[in-house]
Amino acid sequence: MRIALFATCIGDSLFPQAPRATVRVLERLGHRVLFPVDQVCCGQMHINTGYLAEALPVVREHVRTFSPVLTGEWDAIVAPSGSCTGSIRHQQAMVARRYGDEALADDAQAVASHTYELSELLVDVLGVTDVGAYFPHRVTYHPTCHSLRMLHVGDKPLRLLREVEGIQLTELPNAESCCGFGGTFALKNADTSTAMLADKMAAVKTTGAEVLTAGDYSCLMHIGGGLSRTRAGVRTMHLAEILAAEKSTAPAASDAAVGQAVR
Amino acid sequence: MTTFLGVPLHRKPAPELSHPDPLRGSESFPRAARHELANTQLRANLAHATATIRAKRAQVVAEVPEWEALRDAGSAIKADVMVRLPELLAQLEDSVTARGGVVHWARDADEANRIVTELVQATGEKEVIKVKSMATQEIGLNEALEDAGIAALETDLAELIVQLGHDKPSHILVPAIHRNRAEIREIFLREMADAPADLTDEPRVLAMAARAHLRRKFLQSKVAISGANFAIADTGTLAVVESEGNGRMCLTLPETLITVMGIEKLLPTWQDLEVFMQLLPRSSTGERMNPYTSMWTGVTPGDGPQQFHLVLLDNGRTRALADEVGRAALHCIRCSACLNVCPVYERTGGHAYGSVYPGPIGAVLTPQLTGTTGHGDPNASLPYASTLCGACYEVCPVKIDIPSLLVMLRARMVDEDRSRRIPDGWSAAMKAASWVMSDAGRFAAAEKLTGVGRLVAGKKGRISSLPFPASKWTAARDLPAPPAETFRTWWARERGDQL
Repeated sequence: MRIALFATCIGDSLFPQAPRATVRVLERLGHRVLFPVDQVCCGQMHINTGYLAEALPVVREHVRTFSPVLTGEWDAIVAPSGSCTGSIRHQQAMVARRYGDEALADDAQAVASHTYELSELLVDVLGVTDVGAYFPHRVTYHPTCHSLRMLHVGDKPLRLLREVEGIQLTELPNAESCCGFGGTFALKNADTSTAMLADKMAAVKTTGAEVLTAGDYSCLMHIGGGLSRTRAGVRTMHLAEILAAEKSTAPAASDAAVGQAVR
Repeated sequence: MTTFLGVPLHRKPAPELSHPDPLRGSESFPRAARHELANTQLRANLAHATATIRAKRAQVVAEVPEWEALRDAGSAIKADVMVRLPELLAQLEDSVTARGGVVHWARDADEANRIVTELVQATGEKEVIKVKSMATQEIGLNEALEDAGIAALETDLAELIVQLGHDKPSHILVPAIHRNRAEIREIFLREMADAPADLTDEPRVLAMAARAHLRRKFLQSKVAISGANFAIADTGTLAVVESEGNGRMCLTLPETLITVMGIEKLLPTWQDLEVFMQLLPRSSTGERMNPYTSMWTGVTPGDGPQQFHLVLLDNGRTRALADEVGRAALHCIRCSACLNVCPVYERTGGHAYGSVYPGPIGAVLTPQLTGTTGHGDPNASLPYASTLCGACYEVCPVKIDIPSLLVMLRARMVDEDRSRRIPDGWSAAMKAASWVMSDAGRFAAAEKLTGVGRLVAGKKGRISSLPFPASKWTAARDLPAPPAETFRTWWARERGDQL
């Protein structure tokens, strides 16, 4: 398949390890990955903060950049993020409609119908759960809210993780409870956000895992920021990074100690 | 009758209220939450209570194979009611009147309070008993009656605890969720004249003391005031669901019954109750069947109250109804399932919301009922009191898409602020970000600035302190050093030929 990658704005700028790992996994499975260079952002931050007028040009640019999927230039679009995929699927058309741009709304919906979160693409579209990964570490998985409740990815990420050679998966208590990130919520309601973060970190610690994984680097930035601050001894990695790891490339634990070691 | 569907007017916060506004706190959610988060007793109580009720609800909901179909039916019935509200209300008035009840219309809290006060005064009574009711909380009825020299006694156990403690309810269904049994014992000993001197903090002992206290009141009282969970338009039947039986006492023993009900509580037909009597108990208390369901239709000679008054309350509801998106909040049946699953409510409790309607539904309902007066209005902060995690939508028995309503209300708050001459930091930052994020060239240029972040991070590889407003983040969390190379740059270097 020809798969267009939406790296997401924070994936591109702050956590390139996630889109890079996405490329590696898909290429290893024999697919062709393309990166439409005009891409920036889905508009979620503006939308969820209530700045819909400001979101509109961001949405328009996103839809324009990815509309070649409608003429068959690519077979699918993938994003290593549940919340960005959720925003594309459930919010972009609403923004366009609010400002009377029905054509944009229709295009947004059409592009969205070809856009998949990584675990959806792998399991539902490509029909694989064993992606040939090797990751001999103790890992716990946090299902991010939007992947869980907007996309309903269910246990797809876990099915992918269970097939990873050498992995020791441990169950996260109260896994479905929000980590407290919520985009600008973390700033606007910093105290409540921190209270939620504290409970999430405590749950992570009880698992004895050395790696916390999730399908969204935004939530991982939040939980990972807290784990780093408290020197908790748990590092965060995107689901794609674990799926991309191979015997030849599996990083030593110390390589990724503080978040970003780009390999 | 007419239902006002015009441009909503802002209700200004009344400056000279002798009592606190039941729908508006004195400070914004983030500030109020900061105090509540420090209350360790509250945190422990809420964590325990919400986890318990969440598990109970999940278990009994899972038993119903057609649960999703029931939710769809509940949602559809409510949507139909909202569309036909004026005609259904007129029908209800006719049915209640035909069965010997008297219907009163109240535009707002003041009007409702005046009507109820005058009705009680007409009976000559100085004391009334009350069934737990959100509508009367919403209008501050007890305080209004108190001003008129009438004592209103709450008979729901938890509501009684709140009242005796001179406190505010913090949960729609479990108003004293923030109190523990030791506190309740203290309150009873201090405030309940007939509490036994050897009162312990055992739940059963506390309940028996309240029971003895209340039983005397039930037998003496001539007037009761209630809310209503449902009203059936075509029969004129009112329904109250509760689990103690104290409501049943109030609804059957006194001579006069006055019911205050929000106009949105209507159902078209008796048959519609079937759906809600399945949805409500499982969603709210995690029970398969509601313990005490009381229904009455007008007045039955020789049986029960011989005077029945129904006060239909607007109080901002037509304002909410005027908004075709926002009106979904009026579908709420006050089950409180959304409170119990909300990760924000679980930490802050109900008082942080400043309204008798807390939690996710409160965050969408309160600002719509009151309108907001701009940036400084505490209710303008409520739509932001959520991470948009979606847990509320998932459990809502009438499928109110609370996260989408929150986003819609945030947009309304932002738009209301656009008229301000000097934009605040947020809007300046959001406008700038919009400009940068709607063009890949501008974004790539901005990404070059992250080199500064690498300098700040230094050898540690993490950023632990940043100036305001990013200090809100770094107060409790590190930020990783930005990468040496963005994905975009890496792609251009590695796969430049594939562009």
